[in-house]
Amino acid sequence: MTVYVKYFASLRDRLGRAGDQVSVAETTTVAEIWATLWPEIALPSNTLAAVNMEYASLQQSVRDGDEVAFFPPVTGG
Amino acid sequence: MKIELRAEPFDPLAELQRHQVERLELKGRYGATAIFIGTMRDYSDRLSIGRMMLEHYPGMTERQLRKLVEIASQQWPLLDALVIHRVGELRPSDPIVLVAVWSAHRAEAFAACRSIMEELKSKAPFWKREDTAAGPRWVERNTPG
Repeated sequence: MTVYVKYFASLRDRLGRAGDQVSVAETTTVAEIWATLWPEIALPSNTLAAVNMEYASLQQSVRDGDEVAFFPPVTGG
Repeated sequence: MKIELRAEPFDPLAELQRHQVERLELKGRYGATAIFIGTMRDYSDRLSIGRMMLEHYPGMTERQLRKLVEIASQQWPLLDALVIHRVGELRPSDPIVLVAVWSAHRAEAFAACRSIMEELKSKAPFWKREDTAAGPRWVERNTPG
């Protein structure tokens, strides 16, 4: 299945790109998406994740066509 | 309820006035209006700031803002709410955010306005990048409320 990944703010700057498209097996979690894409970079502990624009835990499983986002703590307002 | 992102500077007081005129049917029903306006400072952590970029996650930001206003509306009997938040390039003294709520009595207006603002700070996907005298830097955490 295909998953669309987005990165924002300082995390995007650090990774050097704004997103990825990745093919993974069914029953893949958010954490496994990161590990597949960035095997040599541990996910920073304060990173937030979202699936289809709703906050998600790293253990949440993703489905074909989902949009998964990783970003640092938010600082609006 | 109205939620908007703006890429250009806005005048919070003019927005409030316009919103109240548009919602004439509420006249006489609300006894309390609580507003919060967040404005860009020209300093942060002892460094002077000349400019700031506000990044957001198009789609998710609007969705999360709507959600937190809906949650506040379930918690308190609000008659209306208005949230306007800037994105893009800001200069010191530019308004960043306006939160306004209307209700029958002040207790729920104060409480809901504060709650919406605090929830926005921790849940709405916005990120600040400041241009300081020492170069650009991402703001890593919020100051305590």
